Amino acid sequence: MLIRSREWVHAWLLLLPALFFLFAFTHVPAVMTLWNSFYSTPRGRRPARFIGIENYERMIGDPVFWKVLGNNLWFALGTIPTSIAIAIAMALWVNDRLAGRGFVRMAYFTPTVLPLIAVANIWLFFYTPGFGLIDQAASTLFGWPQTNWLGDPATALNAVIVVTVWKEAGFFMIFYLAALQAIPPSLVEAAKIEGAGRWTIFWRITFPLMMPTTLFVSINAVINSFRLVDHIFILTNGGPDNASSLLLFYIYETAFKYWETGYGATLTVAMLAILCALAIGQFFFFDRRVHYK
Amino acid sequence: MTATDTRPGGQEILLETVSKVWGAHKAVDDLSIRVPAGTFTVLLGPSGCGKSTTLRMIAGLESADAGRILIGGRDVTHLPAAERNLAMVFQSYALFPHLDVAENIVFGLKVRRMARDEREARLKRVAELLGLSALLDRKPSQLSGGQQQRVALGRAIIAERPVCLMDEPLSNLDAKLRHEMRVEIRALQKKLGFTMVYVTHDQVEAITMADQVVLLNGGRLEQASDPRALYQRPETPFAARFIGVPPMNVLPGALLAHVDADLAAHKVGLRPEALTLAAAGPLAARVTSLEYLGADMLIDCAANGATFTVRLPGDHDIATGTEIRLGFAPQDLHVFDGTAGHRRDDLAMAAGARLAG
Ligand SMILES: Nc1ncnc2c1ncn2[C@@H]1O[C@H](COP(=O)(O)OP(=O)(O)OP(=O)(O)O)[C@@H](O)[C@H]1O
Ligand SMILES: [Mg+2]
Repeated sequence: MLIRSREWVHAWLLLLPALFFLFAFTHVPAVMTLWNSFYSTPRGRRPARFIGIENYERMIGDPVFWKVLGNNLWFALGTIPTSIAIAIAMALWVNDRLAGRGFVRMAYFTPTVLPLIAVANIWLFFYTPGFGLIDQAASTLFGWPQTNWLGDPATALNAVIVVTVWKEAGFFMIFYLAALQAIPPSLVEAAKIEGAGRWTIFWRITFPLMMPTTLFVSINAVINSFRLVDHIFILTNGGPDNASSLLLFYIYETAFKYWETGYGATLTVAMLAILCALAIGQFFFFDRRVHYK
Repeated sequence: MTATDTRPGGQEILLETVSKVWGAHKAVDDLSIRVPAGTFTVLLGPSGCGKSTTLRMIAGLESADAGRILIGGRDVTHLPAAERNLAMVFQSYALFPHLDVAENIVFGLKVRRMARDEREARLKRVAELLGLSALLDRKPSQLSGGQQQRVALGRAIIAERPVCLMDEPLSNLDAKLRHEMRVEIRALQKKLGFTMVYVTHDQVEAITMADQVVLLNGGRLEQASDPRALYQRPETPFAARFIGVPPMNVLPGALLAHVDADLAAHKVGLRPEALTLAAAGPLAARVTSLEYLGADMLIDCAANGATFTVRLPGDHDIATGTEIRLGFAPQDLHVFDGTAGHRRDDLAMAAGARLAG
């Protein structure tokens, strides 16, 4: 009995440092955020007071909130399937026996290693109207007029999407490469013997067997589509007219630019709720299709 | 529909001077084999002798570096696996883990877009034949090793291809199941009539199943013949020692030089079970150790620096260190050429005649 309780004490002592930081920087702030979302923003000598769901009512009526939410949906739809498709294509390609395979793998992975801020600065040059890489290429190849990709509300968000896909695909490729290498070669050989071509082998064998990876990657991608906003600061600052602003970027602006911490907390709660719902939904959606070994 | 209606009929497989090189290592070296249509041929040999490589070249999973491969008279050397019209069972079974048993079996039929009715009919027939009917909607991970093996067999036979290849398909099973599956596979092959090429390093499997045994050694053909001939008339000392437990004694011919002086420069082979105790026998030896096996006993002997094994039926009252004399029937003497290594029946006949006379 005594030994049992001693073990318990040891266990808790060992867990304590990690638990402390986990609570101090994750759990307590999360609960505080929920708490704050029901209070007004303290200003000067006016302390925060309980206002119930007033902040939430404001959020429902806030056109900018709906705009950035729509943007975020479009951003997720634009980045996730594309980056997953590109990641799979790259993984299949570098998994083949080709000359300089190591070099190609490294080249594909490079965008992942670069800081997003640096990536955004590089792309800022690409997008520069007139003499940026893209405009130059477009004008010499197709004779297109000069375009302000980042300054036009119609193209700003799409321009941001392209940068994100470029940045993320290489990262996801690594997971798919690992998944591909975990598939026993004899399965592909058996399929070949049965008369299957490359296309059939991919859709009937390889892709279904990589489903756990796809689930993992897509959950990460969804979270990233809400989380990755660093490049927006560099590329567009959310503009023009919130055309490229995303939910987290709006939260940052609200809480730390306009110091509306109460409303910022409310927006944060909304974002967390959406993320939870998506992650749970994905698990149920994929559950029937994912084959775990 | 009777079984004879569904016979796919076999196709002949011909390997003409086929080679496969990995770096500087010749895994298969100038190999020529003929597998007659509808027969069961076993590729046999020690580990690393190139059996799997040969089989994979026939399958089209590995390209041949030299030579030609013909299946049913068609040159398939440069055709991909999918176009060679054959079936294969892998050592690991290679069942698709995300598909259930039924989907695994009909995979090839679906790929080739066979009509649904025909597919279902065939699936039913194959499932009954292999006793899988109750397992059709299980996943491979929910099956025992023997059941997985059957599913792999089902996938191989359902398309009724003229050629079936198997690479050590029984090596993951226990001894009893292995025996059952051996009988079953052989019966299946006879019934359906396809040409079988079967890889194993187990001589019992080879001897019991094969119409023809192809014995490989270091990527080269050692001997290709029916199992009886392989046991009774081995062409080389390697073949002689590979088949039979315990292996044949291959001894310097000098031991029998007093019988026939011509033997001195060659090697003589005597199976342990061919030697008998004989007071006037030509072979004098000293017993070095004994092993009692119940039905018979193994006696290790030494004679003039050579050691060999004798297998005597029943129980004999022999102690270690005794001097014994051994004899053998003239037709049980094998002689191998001292330089080239091949079988010398002329010398064996002559020596046999002297022994008898
Ligand atoms: N992909 C490969 N790359 C390099 N060498 C190989 C490769 N595959 C086989 N080898 C070599 O070729 C030789 C023959 O191999 P193989 O697999 O055909 O042997 P095996 O007769 O099937 O042996 P086992 O009974 O152990 O399966 C071996 O020496 C092996 O090391
Ligand atoms: Mg092998």
